[in-house]
Amino acid sequence: MIKTLDQFTIGESGVVKSMTAEGKIKRRLLDMGITNGTKIYLRKKAPLGDPLEVTVRGYELTLRKAEGACIVMEVEK
Amino acid sequence: MKNFALAGNPNCGKTTLFNALTGSTAHVGNWPGVTVDKKEGVYKKLEENVNVVDLPGIYSLSPYTPEEVVARNYILDEKPDCVINIIDATNLERNLYLTTQIMEIDVPMVIALNMMDAVEKAGDKIDAKDLEARLGLPVIPISALRSEGIHELMERAYESAKTPRAGVTVLEESAIKHLVWDVKIALSAQKVENPVFHAVKLVEEDELEVEAHKDILHMVDEFKSTFDDEIFGTDFESLIADGRYKYITKNFSPALKRKNKNPLRMTTSDKVDRVLTHKIWGIPIFLAILFAMFHLTFSENFLGIGTLFSLPTLDEIGVGEGIGRDLLACVYDGVIYSPGVILFNLMDLLTATLSGWISGGVMSLGASDWVMGFVSDGVLAGISGVLSFVPQIVFLLLLLSILEDTGYMARVAFILDRICRKFGVSGRAFIPMIMGFGCSVPAMINTRTLADEKEKVMTIRAIPFFTCGAKVPVLTGVAGAIAMFFNTGNADIITYSMYVLGLVVAVVTIIAMHSTTQRGEITPFIMELPAYHLPSGRALMIHLWDKVKHYVKKVFTIILASTIVIWFLSNFSWAFWNGLVAIEDSILASLGKLLQPIFTPLGFGSQLGGLGWMFVVAAITGLIAKENVIATFAALSAVLGSVVASESGVTEIALIIAKTGITIPGLLAFIVFNMTTIPCFASVATAKGELGRRVWWTILFWMVTSMCSGAVVYAFATMFTEWSTWSILVSVLFVIVAVLSVVLVRRYNKLHPKKR
Repeated sequence: MIKTLDQFTIGESGVVKSMTAEGKIKRRLLDMGITNGTKIYLRKKAPLGDPLEVTVRGYELTLRKAEGACIVMEVEK
Repeated sequence: MKNFALAGNPNCGKTTLFNALTGSTAHVGNWPGVTVDKKEGVYKKLEENVNVVDLPGIYSLSPYTPEEVVARNYILDEKPDCVINIIDATNLERNLYLTTQIMEIDVPMVIALNMMDAVEKAGDKIDAKDLEARLGLPVIPISALRSEGIHELMERAYESAKTPRAGVTVLEESAIKHLVWDVKIALSAQKVENPVFHAVKLVEEDELEVEAHKDILHMVDEFKSTFDDEIFGTDFESLIADGRYKYITKNFSPALKRKNKNPLRMTTSDKVDRVLTHKIWGIPIFLAILFAMFHLTFSENFLGIGTLFSLPTLDEIGVGEGIGRDLLACVYDGVIYSPGVILFNLMDLLTATLSGWISGGVMSLGASDWVMGFVSDGVLAGISGVLSFVPQIVFLLLLLSILEDTGYMARVAFILDRICRKFGVSGRAFIPMIMGFGCSVPAMINTRTLADEKEKVMTIRAIPFFTCGAKVPVLTGVAGAIAMFFNTGNADIITYSMYVLGLVVAVVTIIAMHSTTQRGEITPFIMELPAYHLPSGRALMIHLWDKVKHYVKKVFTIILASTIVIWFLSNFSWAFWNGLVAIEDSILASLGKLLQPIFTPLGFGSQLGGLGWMFVVAAITGLIAKENVIATFAALSAVLGSVVASESGVTEIALIIAKTGITIPGLLAFIVFNMTTIPCFASVATAKGELGRRVWWTILFWMVTSMCSGAVVYAFATMFTEWSTWSILVSVLFVIVAVLSVVLVRRYNKLHPKKR
């Protein structure tokens, strides 16, 4: 199943299919290790539901739902 | 002397290594980007001394933050003899991403594999020899925290620095290699330095690079037109990042042997995190921690124990006079004091005793009244009043540093981002703001880690509204005097509510700026959350010792100088050759009287009559350093009449209150004015360093904000205490103006949407 990262529920994981972000956001996401084929696990959401905390390449990263919406994922079963 | 540069990700232990190498006093923090200055030191254990430069912690050499630009330009332009790339062994994959970029620059480099102890503790294994063979660069396992392996690291770095190294790219395996290679050859032909690095960055369309090499851009475009990858198309940026990470996973997964295959297992850090960032409890816990921090530092009734058990006061117990009682009174008097207050009391006892000895000594030498007045009122009163606060302020800084070093600050940004965003900044900007509770100077420097210029401007302007340690004396002194003189009970309540008011001013002004001069999109929030760890005692001590030195230096330089000047100004008239005069006729009084009418809307202006200028003068001396406000009050009250000198200047201020007849609303407005106005010299200088010429607008902003918030507080408070037609009219007027400006600004912003 394909959906963007912000649509994930806690505990779900998947693999990056493509990225629709641009400019600085894209640059930063790439630098932080989010490239095609990277596995991302949605660890938790902040108390108010946003931002998200994910595990990527063995470390914890936080990003907003708005940024997560730019990351198209293939959900893993 | 040879120059070595330390480069690595934030939180990789770079600053710890720097401290271990140079024995310097750089601060170690645990959230991304605490190292914001270029720090230098000397390593002396090689055959020749080596200069070590600590570059800011960065994830990449792409210009996302100003720090990345600083680090990149340093390596490219200053050409260090060797780059020591520090890598967090517990997070190999992402850390090596930066390595693949530094490798492209023509500079000798070695890799320091840090935190190997943590890797081994987790039962994992990293084969450093294997890594070295695969990378083609020296790899030295170290533990910066325990100073293990660092001499070997320096020896190998020194060895490497002897032979130049040409940049290599790891992209050779990827589809893009021909393109990079063609550009590189073209650049080499033009004798460009670091051709590999520039070639990759040009292909990537890096903004700095495109700007710098406009002349060959058409050629790069020509090469590119022949290129079209089946997966990425012509998205070169993604292609290159992907190429780097593919190389890393392919080559370095074999070097890492994990004991536990599941990367999502729960560590202790995760368990702690579960509680601290809990869906429901996360925010209450944060507020509780904040409250606990202030309670530990400032409460004169620790945990309410005294009132809870109705403990007797020292007089009721009948403790006799003497040093024993004085010491006991520092800790207990019917109530138990909080640790911060105990520290304050002890220091106050010490300074009071010392000043007593010194004035006694001067008197016994047969000094004239003139000299006596100068020594005890001009010098000792000012210095000891301020010095007493140093331990308490340092205690608050200790608590703040613990929050920072454990990694909790990054979580605060995480849990509060959603709220902060409503006001116009990201959660990331909240970290420097909280640091403002300690001291504005490091807080303002910390804003360098913010990626967006507008966010930085707003944050720097809001930082002084987070009541810093030096403003605490003003707060507790005036609040204490209110409680004492007007018999209003608990001074703590005034203190706490003034802190909250500072937050309100910060929020309101950020919203105002975000919807007027600093309009724009809210910056993205993409941040690493480092694992929690216990703070290192040594690092904390180094940091605090720095602060103690800073404050003590301030007391004996700027504050000493200003109290002396104030003493002269308040004891001499313009015709100073006539000798000492009554304070009403002094130079200070005439200056204060000149400015007094300006503060009438704030309740400490013309309505106070003859002596009202004292508040004006105290506020003005506060612009040099906020501790001056209390020092000034002490000096002024000494001229007014004799009082029993007290802890925190409470009795001195009470005397001035009695003589001037100022009202509670006026005093509250006075506190608010001092809290929100132009901060101390040091902060203004720091703000100037960060903002350049925009600092003048910022100073104006602080002035306007403090006048407005002081006037608003005065008007509303008067409405409650006096209920006069005047105060109601003014309050209603304020509300109308506020509502009207909100409506107008919204309307304007709707009609003139911000262009992207």
